Formats: sequence, structure tokens, C-alpha cells
Amino acid sequence: MSRRAPKLARGVALVGAGMSKFGAFADKTSRDLFVEAFNAMAKSVDKGMDTGDIEALYVGNFSSDLFEGQGHVAPIMADWVGLVPKPATRIEDACAASGVALREGIIAIASGLYDIVLVSGTEKMTNLPTERVTDTLAAASDAVYEASCGFTFPALYAAIATAYMAKYGATVEHFMKVGIKNHNNGALNPKAQFNKSIRDLMNARIEKAKQKGEPVPQWNDELDFLKDPKANPVVAWPMRLFDCSPITDGAACLLLVAEDMAKSFSNNPLYIVGTGQGSDHALHEREDLTTIGAARTAARTAFEMAGVIPDDIQIAEVHDCFTIAELVATEDIGFFKPGEGYKAAEEGITARNGAKPINTSGGLKSKGHPVGASGAGQVVEIWAQMRGEAGPRQVPGKDIRLALTHNVGATGGTCTVHIFQRR
Amino acid sequence: MTEEREFNSASFYQFLAEKKLMAARCRNCGVLYLPPHPICTKCHGPDMEWVESKGKGKLAAFTVIAVGPSFTLDEGYSRENPYLVGIVELDEGPKVSGRIHGIDPGKPEDIKVGTPLTIEFMEPEEGKKCYLTFNTL
Repeated sequence: MSRRAPKLARGVALVGAGMSKFGAFADKTSRDLFVEAFNAMAKSVDKGMDTGDIEALYVGNFSSDLFEGQGHVAPIMADWVGLVPKPATRIEDACAASGVALREGIIAIASGLYDIVLVSGTEKMTNLPTERVTDTLAAASDAVYEASCGFTFPALYAAIATAYMAKYGATVEHFMKVGIKNHNNGALNPKAQFNKSIRDLMNARIEKAKQKGEPVPQWNDELDFLKDPKANPVVAWPMRLFDCSPITDGAACLLLVAEDMAKSFSNNPLYIVGTGQGSDHALHEREDLTTIGAARTAARTAFEMAGVIPDDIQIAEVHDCFTIAELVATEDIGFFKPGEGYKAAEEGITARNGAKPINTSGGLKSKGHPVGASGAGQVVEIWAQMRGEAGPRQVPGKDIRLALTHNVGATGGTCTVHIFQRR
Repeated sequence: MTEEREFNSASFYQFLAEKKLMAARCRNCGVLYLPPHPICTKCHGPDMEWVESKGKGKLAAFTVIAVGPSFTLDEGYSRENPYLVGIVELDEGPKVSGRIHGIDPGKPEDIKVGTPLTIEFMEPEEGKKCYLTFNTL
């Protein structure tokens, strides 16, 4: 059977995007974070929007059930912003939940069923102690054949890292450098959970030791700091604390409309010219442990739909739930050849002032990873960068016309890729 | 002799408790599945048979886990006493996830992808689940 070229039956535009602050908020539930993101989104619509015109809600959420004892979140989110009785649908695809929600929103508009759709993601993770969060995240792997022997979510990415090191010669320092880069970006993002560079964090520790009259740690630079097991303990070797995205509360909201309506909402809308999604086996069943097949499938589909190639993409937000994941992502998308991602990162190509800036928001690593909200959160950064509204972290010297988001569920059972164009 | 058991996880873990590592093989195209699958994902044929694996292979990927899930805390593991898990590529082809014994988790830098491993069957204990475990040759 021959495959039909992927295309949308009609165009879809992004006319608003906003997020809550990402972090740990003891007094906030997922609905509070959702409302915060909704208000930020509404403010971003240049010509204003009327909530009553929104026809449907798609909300990505991994596990409010386990994180906060709240299932069935979609109608609650709809209710809290005044959308009842409009259809409200929750999508659970682990950490790709809101990337998939975005794709479902696009498909709903492209089909002609709706003209105006709200897409969101929300997750409230910090109620639980770390070991219970570990259990909950491990539920996104294969509970019967992976988690059963003691694999955790960080451990699965750590296994990818050891396979990558063995195959391509990368070292733990290459992973650390990804974290340093993303924290440098996050330091410029007021909504990031870690609004600090690794150097800031290191200097703060030194200051604290001095104030307390304790022995002052002798770290020459960030790498020294990151190699110190006291400052940066192993979670699942070779992934240490600063290789892992944090446990985060947060939400993000996006407003999608049919392309022909875009200009009545926005002076500077973004057009979604490519959407792709793929699936993959459990990690151990993959032929190659250093690549995520779902990401390759999603990227190929999105590029084919958009009629562009990886070299055309000017900036990207990719799913760096762990530092190794960013390297694999940049190869799966096709920015770099297999095994070349870590070299490109080391050369600074993926830095904010490099040729291919990756994760200017700080990425999941520094901005935070409220798992079900991360896919929509990535789009908030692309929205700001493409419209020249990213403030001190605006990518220098680029008129950004094409950008990409890459959102992975767990170890790659699901992946979505979206391509955005500014005309 | 072909075993008449369903191609599901209950059978797989029952076999494991009986100290047999069993794979499902597609009678149509011969592809081997371990963990067992009830339908061949290559030719989509539903006709499978059980075959025993020798349980020998090599380490394809690994990690030393310092922060484990709750049940490993109950097993006595901790940041100070981490444990090793990995993906093992069996000689027959399939790769599986398992616990790895016989290698020092205290020195992860020294662990080599490609290290030969053999299945180590757990003694079934009341109220305790068996899982795949491998040891060095």
C-alpha cells in the first residue's frame, strides 16, 4: 500500500501562547496553574479574544491522578476558565501529552469541525515525595518488562547514554556541557524554574560555605562543580542531578484558529506548516538504542508536510528531559548526523548565539519539566522568539521564519514534531 | 516439545519461576520475541510457538541506579547501595531489560558495553516477584 503525502485539509495558525511560571508551588493545584497560563495566553492575543468563541479544549496531562489524586481533569480546566459546556478532552501520552494535544487541536481545525481551539498542558508534580514521583514517572515505561526489574525513567535515559558513549565516544563532560548551556539560557527566562546559570549556582554554594564558616569548595569552573559528587550526585549513572530535568509544577496554553481567521486575532500569527507524530517499541526492543524511532518518524512527517528540510529550521525547542536526550533529539530531527550531536553541542553550534540555537528557553532542564505541560510550553518559547518578544534571551541577529518543537513521551514511545512559520 | 501456554506476561514469568527463559517464535516468518508477543509484529501472523533461550548474551546498555523506585528501597538499595540494571542482547537476537549481578556498581566508569552475561534464575519466594537477572560468565 503506498503512503499518501501528509497534508492538512486546511491551514491552522497560532494566535496566542502563554505559560504559568514553572517551579514548585505548594499552594497551587493544576487548575490554578492552568488559569495562570490561560490568562498569559489571552494577554498575548494582539487583537484580543472572547473566551465564548473557543469551541473546544484539548488538554495534555500525564498523571494528575497519581500526582494530586485528581483524574478527569479536562472538564475541570474547561470550567475554571468558563468553557463549559464546550467539549473538553484530556490527552495522556506521558511527557508528550501536550505535544499530542496540540496535534489533535490542529487536526480538529484542519478537519473543518472547529475554527477556534484552546490547547493546553498542565501538571502538578511537587505534592509527592521524590520516590513517589519516581514511581509515577516509571509508570510511563513498560511496567511489565522494564520497570519490573528496577528501571526508572532517568535510568532508561542513562542506558541510552551508555549505549551512545560506547558507540560514538561521547563522555560525561559532553552531557554536562548541555546542562551548562541550557542553564545559561534559563538564567535569562523569568518563568524558568532554575532562573540561574550553573556558575550562579556554584558561586551561591561557595558564598554559603563562606558565610557559614565551612570549608570553601575549590571549584575552578562549572565542569569542576558538576564533577563533584557532593554538588552533583549520581541519579542513574552517567546521569547526575544536573543532567536531569527537575520535578515541576506548571501549565501552558495555546490558541489555535483556522488560517483564514488568523489576522483578525493577531498582527503577527505563526502558521503551523508541519505536524508529525510517531510511536516506538519499549527501549530494549529497539534495534538501535541510540536513537528514538518515534522522533525520526515524527520529524520526517512534519518536514514532508512543510516542504522544508532540517537545515531550513532556524531555532528549535527539543525534549531535553535529560542532557543525553537533547543530543539524541538533534540527531533524530536531522540537524546533525547520528553521533555528531555531541560534537555540535561542544562546538557551541546549539548555543543561543550559535548557528542552530537549541532550547533558548532553558529547555526542560532549566525551565522545568511539568511533564504534561512541556510540549505546549515549548511552543510558548517559539512564539516569543519568532515574534521578537523574548527580551534578553532573544536569539541575536536572526529574522526567524521557521522554527520547530520536538516533544517526547517517556523514552520515546511517543514523539511529536511541529514546524512553525512566520510569514 | 511445544508448551501450550498463552503468549502473555503471566506465562513468561511462570516459566521464569520454573527457571526457563522462554521466547515466542513466529511459525510463519521465524522472528523471535523475548519478551513474548502474541502476534508477530513483522508479518502480523498469529501463529506463535514457545522456544527456550540459552540465556546467554552481552551487555548492550546499562546504568547504576542511586535513586530507585519504592520497591527497590524495600530491597535495601539506596544512594549508598546502588544497583545495576541493563539491556542485554541475547545470542538468539532479542534484547531484554534486566537486573545485572556480578559487576561492581560502585565503579560504573569501568563497566563495559559488550560484557558477556548469562541468565541467573531467582529463587521464587512467596510474595516476591521474579524478574530477569543476569550475571557475568
